[in-house]
Amino acid sequence: MKDINKLWVALGILALLSPIGLLASGTAWGEWGTDEFPTMLGYVPQGLARFSDLWRAPLPDYSIPGLGSNVGYIFSALVGMALVILVSWGIGKILTGKKL
Amino acid sequence: MHIPDGYLSPVTCGVMYAASAPIWYKATKKIEKTLTSRTVPLLSIFSAFSFAIMMFNAPVPGGTTAHAVGGTLIAIVLGPWAATIGVSIALLIQALFFGDGGILSFGANTFNMAIVLPFVGYAVYQLISRNAPASSSRHWIGAAIGGYVGINAAALAASIELGLQPLFFHMANGTPLYCPYGLAQTIPAMMLAHLTVAGFAEAVVTGGVVAFLQHTMPYLLKLRLRKDTVA
Repeated sequence: MKDINKLWVALGILALLSPIGLLASGTAWGEWGTDEFPTMLGYVPQGLARFSDLWRAPLPDYSIPGLGSNVGYIFSALVGMALVILVSWGIGKILTGKKL
Repeated sequence: MHIPDGYLSPVTCGVMYAASAPIWYKATKKIEKTLTSRTVPLLSIFSAFSFAIMMFNAPVPGGTTAHAVGGTLIAIVLGPWAATIGVSIALLIQALFFGDGGILSFGANTFNMAIVLPFVGYAVYQLISRNAPASSSRHWIGAAIGGYVGINAAALAASIELGLQPLFFHMANGTPLYCPYGLAQTIPAMMLAHLTVAGFAEAVVTGGVVAFLQHTMPYLLKLRLRKDTVA
């Protein structure tokens, strides 16, 4: 299982390549912000407006304050992957606890 | 496919949490048996891969975007129950830290992308690759087709959840309260994006990584043969 290390390297490369994902312009269908509704629909649905800002994420849209969009996107990929690894590792350790 | 908060009524969100919760519970029970301290790092690697691959937005005709998810890939290597946990964790981090997908709609997003997607994708993969030798091309072809079908099944589920909103939740005069588009609009729009673009992205990612693993780390594709507990 030693060459699993290659997969960690692949994740790093993926993060560096992530700005490719910024080339496509436009919002995913059904993921518009409330600011996009007036021009698109003529109004903002009431319930949608009420709940859309329920949670304020610290790094909205994978951007990091003070960093350019490409660098911010790469750092977001790294930070996000680190958090996913931390949580999944923790859950994995708890679930396999008996076998350690 | 990350439904933001406000697009689904609180009732719908509650229903979707209720649909996902028992499957999360069963998934933890399943992987408690199948996951070992040796495969925990793999769960982390493939969950992080899923997180990152969702950042690669591809343009869709009509000016929107879509992306791969990688859920079928996790299902092939670690089983569909592990895929449910892995993709759910990726979606949780995306919602909490990056505002990609809502908090109320987290149950719906996990139902679509962490449950429907890997289970449908894995079933198709199994159908094509069952009993094929480890080096057979049926594995990567099955992975590619499974990935394509899985993500489209998830997109269909999301489009139905969205499209039902104006039917059930509107003001007295009929003005929609949440997602304003009905099934006649949500299904064609979501399916266009996923049948034409995201499905192929998922097929290339799933089939490509499985082909790569067949050549370089074939033991990763045999992990499940020893302790396959999934129906």
